[in-house]
Amino acid sequence: MGRMPKWADAVLVPLLSLIIAFVISGLVILAIGEDPVEALKIMVTGALGSTYGWGYTLYYATNFIFTGLAVAIAFHAGLFNIGGEGQATLGGLGVAVACLMLPWPHWSLALLASVVLSAAFGAAWAAAPAWLQAKRGSHIVITTIMFNFIAAALLNYLLVNVMRPRGQMDPASARFPAETNLPDLHQMLGWFGIPFAKGTPANVSLFVALIACVAVWAIIWRTRLGYEIRSFGKSEKAAIYAGISPVRITMYAMLISGALSGLMAVNTVQGEANRLLLNSVEGAGFIGIAVALMGRSHPVGVFFAALLFGFLYQGGAELALWTKIPRELITVIQALVILFTGALDDMVRVPLKRLFLASGRGGQ
Amino acid sequence: MGGADISGRQSSAAPFAIELRGISKAFGPVQANKDISIQVAKGSIHGIIGENGAGKSTLMSILYGFYKADAGEIVIDGKVTPIPDSQSAIRAGIGMVFQHFKLVQNFTVLENVILGAEEGGILARSLARARKVLADLAREYELDVDPDALIEDLSVGHQQRVEILKALYRQADILILDEPTGVLTPAEADHLFRILKGLRDQGKTIILITHKLREIMETTDTVSVMRRGTMVATVRTAETSPEELAELMVGRKVLLQVEKAPATPGKTVLEVENLRVRDTQGVERLKGINLTIRAGEILGIAGVAGNGQSELLEVLGGIARGIGTIRLNGRELDLTGRHSDGQSRRADGIAHVPEDRQVLGLIMDFTAWENVAFGYHHAPEYQKSALLMDNDAIRADCEKKMATFDVRPPIPTLAAKNFSGGNQQKIVVAREIERNPDLLLVGQPTRGVDIGAIEFIHKQIVALRDAGKAVLLVSVELDEIMSLADRIAVMFDGRIMGERLPDQTNERELGLLMAGVSGEAA
Repeated sequence: MGRMPKWADAVLVPLLSLIIAFVISGLVILAIGEDPVEALKIMVTGALGSTYGWGYTLYYATNFIFTGLAVAIAFHAGLFNIGGEGQATLGGLGVAVACLMLPWPHWSLALLASVVLSAAFGAAWAAAPAWLQAKRGSHIVITTIMFNFIAAALLNYLLVNVMRPRGQMDPASARFPAETNLPDLHQMLGWFGIPFAKGTPANVSLFVALIACVAVWAIIWRTRLGYEIRSFGKSEKAAIYAGISPVRITMYAMLISGALSGLMAVNTVQGEANRLLLNSVEGAGFIGIAVALMGRSHPVGVFFAALLFGFLYQGGAELALWTKIPRELITVIQALVILFTGALDDMVRVPLKRLFLASGRGGQ
Repeated sequence: MGGADISGRQSSAAPFAIELRGISKAFGPVQANKDISIQVAKGSIHGIIGENGAGKSTLMSILYGFYKADAGEIVIDGKVTPIPDSQSAIRAGIGMVFQHFKLVQNFTVLENVILGAEEGGILARSLARARKVLADLAREYELDVDPDALIEDLSVGHQQRVEILKALYRQADILILDEPTGVLTPAEADHLFRILKGLRDQGKTIILITHKLREIMETTDTVSVMRRGTMVATVRTAETSPEELAELMVGRKVLLQVEKAPATPGKTVLEVENLRVRDTQGVERLKGINLTIRAGEILGIAGVAGNGQSELLEVLGGIARGIGTIRLNGRELDLTGRHSDGQSRRADGIAHVPEDRQVLGLIMDFTAWENVAFGYHHAPEYQKSALLMDNDAIRADCEKKMATFDVRPPIPTLAAKNFSGGNQQKIVVAREIERNPDLLLVGQPTRGVDIGAIEFIHKQIVALRDAGKAVLLVSVELDEIMSLADRIAVMFDGRIMGERLPDQTNERELGLLMAGVSGEAA
């Protein structure tokens, strides 16, 4: 053929980028006098070597799937939603309201309520920047990032002044009723007799995330809305020619994006903490950008990229626990992965393309 | 093989001004130039003609140092001269006038001419020298331009002269012009050709790239025809005919004249009254347009690009907003509110083949089948349920349309950007015409489209007319308007200067109207 096949673009490019990132990370570890092979071993066994490790890796991955999908769907509309942090923060508020609002008889009903409210709260938080972009032309990158700060301040205020139970010192909501606690993987797999480590945070939200992957795929490639979103994202002028309203598409894409970010809170707030804390998002909104970039804005890609970042999070924590490698270096490794898979992936793609071209010509 | 053994106007002993020997260039699997050889005699005008994608632009880019040829050599004045970059091309005496001018809009003519050719850090000296050179050139070649005028104040024709002056100031002996008349009025084009002939008579060598057969016939001494990357023939212009050249370009016999019966107009379909449109900067682009189109009639809008034709299409097609009255089949259309978008217009029975298919008409990254639904993605036959689209149905429809309109290759899953210009346009035309609209808006239907496809697209437009539909045709190609339209309205500066019947007017009269000379004076 001579053209780069699709699989190479989807698999080979990120894989090579990842290898480069790891090699450079290894050099950095070497430079501070530690053994990179040993470090990798600790990361792999710590994150993937046991069901306990998997429990954490999947927990983190669940967060990143949600935020990654959120960024991805906005990308399809040509919008750069970097407000995942704020939208997930508000999603947490939605979860808290859902869990504390009514005495739920069963976790499944509580889950349903928190899914609806977290999505609604997240979407509402994305609505304002979306409207400003659609109607006033205020750049969505600026407004969404500002809304992150507003969200953090708002949550701070609410936790300190409104939601904090009388007599409690830390800024957090009341503990959710036990009925709202979501089953973790230990419990769930236990129903089928599959052994899984106890006490890990991975919970039923993982399956919500997987459903979200399928739903996003269907929206983007099977619905009229998705068709309009993709058209608008590729060419606003052509979209207007086709009678697609930029205002409508900007709003819808951002509402869906915000809802997906908000859903992340089901995993962290209801699935793990069981109460609303300050900063429960922990940067997952930003990791979502890297996940969407690496996953090429495709739900399958987002899933695998989220898994990788889950591995980096959990493996990094293990590394800090068992070696003298400082915690900051974990951030360096994560940054290198983001740099190479997200920002610099043309560095690999372009030479690879040439290689395929050359081999194609040779083969003719 | 590029059998080029014609020596133009000179004896074969003299070295050619420029000679290409066995130039080949491939982009991946696409062989853009295959073993191209040409010899251009000193002091001659040599035309290069070919369909879009025939490899003309690639060849010229190699000559100007933008691309490196995979094989072959360039010989200038008998010396093998490698041209790795445009600086070497300039040093070798080659000047290029691009289709899209490369001028700094808010610089004066003089400043643009010396840009990149300044001598030293003090501009005053180079400016003074350039002023003198420009005055000489103006006298010698009819190349008058005010050296102190700002580019943005100049007409397109004058801007083009500045491009030519830039090349001459850099002492170009070989001047390459790429589709130079696309943006000119007929009068401006005639003036350009007079300049080119003057330059030739002074010993300059000119290579003219165009797809317009008439220009080749009128101005060139020799002409080379390219087809699919190869040079299929080089002939003396005096010994050939437009029909022969067209056949060489396409590889089969081509009908140059549109065959159509006289129109039998029926009831009025479109009425436009006092239509005004402002652009985003608040500049009025349509200054009170009045026109009507009847069923079974093609109204052609002639005019130099940028005189409001695009805005007219955009308002009618639901892309831009305006004030005034538009009635379709007697019903007034919404020009500003909720029902002024493209979806409403389509529902009203207006289909639109936009002027720029790559920017408006198609999403280049989408597949052909996705593009076939573009704008009609609400159509009931494309839906599976309230939410889901029926992608299989769209693909099947795409296959059908590709077969009817002979789109090549007939692969619905191929991205639009991977089709040639003509086939892209066929996809757009198929999508719009197959909706059987009451009114078809067509902008530049054959821009960048190869001759074979032009013939086909013209036939489709005439067929729609014969089926009793109204057609509004906007084109900057006067030939196209003259042969296709049943009635011609000429636009200038946001107004309609006059209406003519094609068999009762001529290019000169239309050209005057296009230049803003009012109907009475013309």
